[in-house]
Amino acid sequence: MTVPTSWYLVLSAILFSIGVGAFLFKRNIISIFMSIELMLNAVNLTFVAFSHQWHQVSGQLFVFFVMVVAAAESAVGLAIIIAVFRARNTLNVDQVDLMKL
Amino acid sequence: MNGTPLHLLWIPLLPFFGFLINGLFGRRFPRPLVTGVALLFTLIPFLQVANIALHFSSLEVPTVEYVAPWITAGHFHADFSFALDQLTMVWLLVVTGVGFLIHIYSAGYMAHEEGYWRFFAYLNLFMFFMLTLVLAENFLLMFVGWEGVGLASYLLIGFYYDRDSAADAGKKAFVVNRIGDFGFLLAMFLVIMHFGTLSFHTVLSSLASQPELHGGWLTAIALCLVLGAAGKSAQIPLYVWLPDAMEGPTPVSALIHAATMVTAGVYMVVRTHPIFDRSPAALEVVAIIGAVTALFAATIGLVQTDIKRVLAYSTVSQLGYMFLACGVSAYASGVFHVVTHAFFKALLFLAAGSVIHALNGEQDMRVMGGLKSKIPITFYTMSAGVFAISGFPGFSGFVSKDDILFQTFISPMPGAKILWLIGLATAGLTAFYMFRLWYLTFFGESRAAAPHPHTPEPTHHAEASHGLAETTTAHATGHGHDAHHGGEPHESPWVMLGPLVILAILAVFGGALGWPEALGGSNFFGHFLAPVTHVAEAAEVAENRGLELGLALVSVLTAFAGIGVATLFYYSRPALPAELATRFKAIYALLLDKYRVDELYHAVFVAPLLLFSRSILMGLVDMGLITGGAAGIGFAAQGLGSIARRMQSGNIRTYAGWLAFGAGGLLLLAFFGFGTHAGLR
Repeated sequence: MTVPTSWYLVLSAILFSIGVGAFLFKRNIISIFMSIELMLNAVNLTFVAFSHQWHQVSGQLFVFFVMVVAAAESAVGLAIIIAVFRARNTLNVDQVDLMKL
Repeated sequence: MNGTPLHLLWIPLLPFFGFLINGLFGRRFPRPLVTGVALLFTLIPFLQVANIALHFSSLEVPTVEYVAPWITAGHFHADFSFALDQLTMVWLLVVTGVGFLIHIYSAGYMAHEEGYWRFFAYLNLFMFFMLTLVLAENFLLMFVGWEGVGLASYLLIGFYYDRDSAADAGKKAFVVNRIGDFGFLLAMFLVIMHFGTLSFHTVLSSLASQPELHGGWLTAIALCLVLGAAGKSAQIPLYVWLPDAMEGPTPVSALIHAATMVTAGVYMVVRTHPIFDRSPAALEVVAIIGAVTALFAATIGLVQTDIKRVLAYSTVSQLGYMFLACGVSAYASGVFHVVTHAFFKALLFLAAGSVIHALNGEQDMRVMGGLKSKIPITFYTMSAGVFAISGFPGFSGFVSKDDILFQTFISPMPGAKILWLIGLATAGLTAFYMFRLWYLTFFGESRAAAPHPHTPEPTHHAEASHGLAETTTAHATGHGHDAHHGGEPHESPWVMLGPLVILAILAVFGGALGWPEALGGSNFFGHFLAPVTHVAEAAEVAENRGLELGLALVSVLTAFAGIGVATLFYYSRPALPAELATRFKAIYALLLDKYRVDELYHAVFVAPLLLFSRSILMGLVDMGLITGGAAGIGFAAQGLGSIARRMQSGNIRTYAGWLAFGAGGLLLLAFFGFGTHAGLR
């Protein structure tokens, strides 16, 4: 028995929505960061699902690209998080608001 | 000196150097150096002019000296070129001679003033422009001088620029003169249109070669020139600036607003008189303007109480005589009156300055009196001026004024007899108000101790005599009003009295220059000017010695009548004027208010213009269009920004929200937007 593609898409949509929700509502920078990763991986899942359905390898190639970019982004993002923590002694984004009007 | 260049250029240029030196560096110079520079750069041109005058008979006139090209456009060209002829010679002598004397006087008069260097820089600047004006060979260069003297006049009227009334008077002079300059400009355009050139020589010779030209556009040119002349020479309807110009220091009133600049209008009319000769209508206008101005200003002068203001109206009145002379084509008589007037009016102003100096800044004649024995030299010199201007027989003013009246009487112009009558009446009034001034100032008891007769100021202008006072006293710290506390009246120093004495001699004997043939003279002046003032088509007037003598007698009697009434009013029965003033209250008030012409102009011209400027130009155009437009754009950008900047809250989770919102928007667009959703179905 094969799992229909729509299931993958539904799962992907659920994961992505969780990611969006967490991205909007979490206050901790690391949690926000993680929710971004979640959204990226939800998209990856979509790519892989379609790649499997259409028997096309380009979808999987995209996934690799996304993973590479995500890795680079994590490196930079974590560095920023460390810098922010050193400077402000907090990871709450509501308190990182020097540019507030 | 045949063929030898006259270096005419240097006559105006030297005072200009004086202006540059004093203007640029005078602030740091010690006062004697400023004086030295100013006097030197006025003395040299005077000596040069005197030298030329001595050799004048051996000169070819007119001598034209071309200096440099200025404007060349196709066939039209206006150059820097100077011309010397008899008329220019007369003016050069007056301007440099009287000018130099007044420079000397100023050294004493202004000695304690702030801005000493500035004063002399402006005076030299004035000399530069005035000499350019009279030496110019074309209309345009003359216009440069014309505007320049206006500028110098403005600067010097507003010399005490921290006093509102002085600054306003300067502006008034400038604005009123602009109206006249507009006429001058129009005249120049018409001259270019019809003659294709602005050179006096070319225009006048081309006119001479076309004897059939009469009236028409020549009248238009002449009338435009009259407007210019009326502005500069303070004639009706543009005379209003001259009385206010007395806000300037007294030497300025003497030099610019009596002796030289205000006669520039007469100079222009005489210079271009062949144009006027072809237009009887324009001549009639000139004569009427002159006669009416003479009478009008004289009547105002009757009741003024400020010593300088009496002299100012008297100047307007005497300028009217000069215009009257020009109007009846007696140009030589007009010029002769310019010369004698320069002598006696400069003298009167300088003497008045000496009186003011003696009284530490007091200008109100009602608090003078009894100065005869206290400042005797000023008294005697001023008496010479008073007798001269009143037409006392034998004095210079008598000769020139009588000449004008005689020429008016025999003029074939329609209505000439009426003009003569007006002139005669003015002569009587002149004698009256000048002797009134003389008695009030020098005779009787000193009224200085009496309470200051503050009459309600009749006009809305801030020109009450106590505001006019210039303080020239050593006690003064600034030039504020410091009168009444300076102690006894004191005679002026000799640096001021010297010029007075010289001018007094000229005022007494200056008439000898043009002593009429009817009285056994040679009328040297008239014959000297004849090549310039000669009217091409004039019918030879038969010599009529009897008539001339008779008319002279009439005007002498009129002058004596004026003197007699003044003696009665202000010497024998000093109570009489006040009685008359109360009996003829309306007339007296009207005269005291100067016929309310200022108010009339204010209501007719100034107020509507201000209203238009305030409501339309300022309210609608400036505030509405310009400010509204520019500020509107600014406010719009600011408003948009104030909305847009709410996106940049600085709160990271807000940014995240916007991001999600945008993503959602894009998603919706992908589904429903642009009709490209076919592929997604």
